[in-house]
Amino acid sequence: MPKTPLTVVLSNTLKEYTPAIIVFLGFFAIWELSTIVFNIPEFILPPPSKTIQVLYQNLNIIIQHSYATLQSTLIGFGVSIVFGLALGLAVGYSSIVYKAVYPLLVAFNTIPKVAIVPILVIWFGVGKVPATLTAFLISFFPIVVNVAVALATIEPEIRDVLRSLGASKGQIFIKIGIPRSLPYFFGSLKVASTLAFVGAVISETVASNEGTGYLMIAASSRFDVPLVFAGLLVISLLGVSLFIVFALFERRLVGWAYR
Amino acid sequence: MIDLRNVSLEYISKSGFRQYSVVKALDNVSLRVEGGSFTSIVGPSGCGKTTILKLVSGLLRPTSGEVYVNGKKVEKPLSIVGMAFQNPVLLPWRSVLQNILLPLEVVEPHKSRLESHRDEYVEKALRLLRLVGLEGFANKKPWELSGGMQQRVSLCRALIHDPEILLLDEPFGALDLFTREELWSVIQSLWLETKCTVLMVTHDLREALYLSDKIYVMSPRPGRVIGVVESKYPRPRNIDITYTDSFVEQLHSLRGMIQVR
Repeated sequence: MPKTPLTVVLSNTLKEYTPAIIVFLGFFAIWELSTIVFNIPEFILPPPSKTIQVLYQNLNIIIQHSYATLQSTLIGFGVSIVFGLALGLAVGYSSIVYKAVYPLLVAFNTIPKVAIVPILVIWFGVGKVPATLTAFLISFFPIVVNVAVALATIEPEIRDVLRSLGASKGQIFIKIGIPRSLPYFFGSLKVASTLAFVGAVISETVASNEGTGYLMIAASSRFDVPLVFAGLLVISLLGVSLFIVFALFERRLVGWAYR
Repeated sequence: MIDLRNVSLEYISKSGFRQYSVVKALDNVSLRVEGGSFTSIVGPSGCGKTTILKLVSGLLRPTSGEVYVNGKKVEKPLSIVGMAFQNPVLLPWRSVLQNILLPLEVVEPHKSRLESHRDEYVEKALRLLRLVGLEGFANKKPWELSGGMQQRVSLCRALIHDPEILLLDEPFGALDLFTREELWSVIQSLWLETKCTVLMVTHDLREALYLSDKIYVMSPRPGRVIGVVESKYPRPRNIDITYTDSFVEQLHSLRGMIQVR
């Protein structure tokens, strides 16, 4: 295949992302304008310009708290990748495990994670541990379900190709099950990574003395709404970055699923 | 050689809420496929044609009666069988070559030799690809190929482990007429070269008559054998014979045997 010139690649990339960029800028523009037009006070809805200004003024403290949040999120998410993948493979591999464990998983997932945080605090005290655990608890479910469903929905015909050759269940699992579940796995990581952030921040707002969630709760109790919004902005930036990282992984490793 | 003796197959089907009914798919079917011959099974939809292939390959067990392959009773899937389906069912994450080599990763003795004799097997796969007219496609991904090309790859995969028996389940059913006719000559030359025993299931009577030595006609469900037709044109056959008077006449009488409900 002849190499595409860099300029063409760049202009194509630009074309691809232009609509998204326009929507983003438009969103912030409408936000900014409506605060001016409707004369909304800063302690109700600060305009983006003010939010960014506050973000810049408090950069050091925000970075420090964001780092704590990022740490809880990544550790919790890391555990949920390992645990979710292992459980997903087990659940998808055996229909008995599937039938036995799936209802419990669904029941567990319907519990609002906010309700669990106080219990975690009783068990582990205030701080990073409940945040990490909440990040884990909230993010492992989509991973388990996606991997399990990928394994459970292998086309019978594909299975028959190997079965007719006398392949064992384990061989079919390795040759077909695992490769086929990878796109589902990476797809779920994109969702789970953002959920992990949600979990960590929720826990920090309830019980912590560090992290972006704590920063926002503290700021809102002082009616420092621009700082709350600065925190929101930072969280969404972190979440988007993590999403992009896994989207790139996905493209790289399971490109065949995106043809 | 394939030998079905008085084979019946029933299964339980869910017909509604808490309602189950026993469906008889095959009713006392006996048929023989001589070693090295090309045999077809034709019949209306749902007459249990595919079921017969699954019985021969060991994917299903009969409710009553026996299935013998090369004199041995079939009780589990056999590695001397190669199978191609109506859908090519190639694995999209593997290249064409890796797809063809897949059976070797499962079937002994190839499985333990594959590592050390990889070049030899790759050479064999490439030779099969040449035979089906896909030279130079080894490193493509399946989804870069047309439906007809994918089906050719699927044939190569079915043949890579030198099966004694090739089972074809409507292998050309999803293809357009011209591609189908082209693949007929491909499958004929593959068969003439490997001399394996072929059992093919098809809806296409012209295909059956053109390719086979012997054709079994089945009734609508429950499937029974209601007729046997021999096709005695000399090999290798050319597509032109399908337009000769005797061929058309035989085709017509074959059509007359098929009962559609």
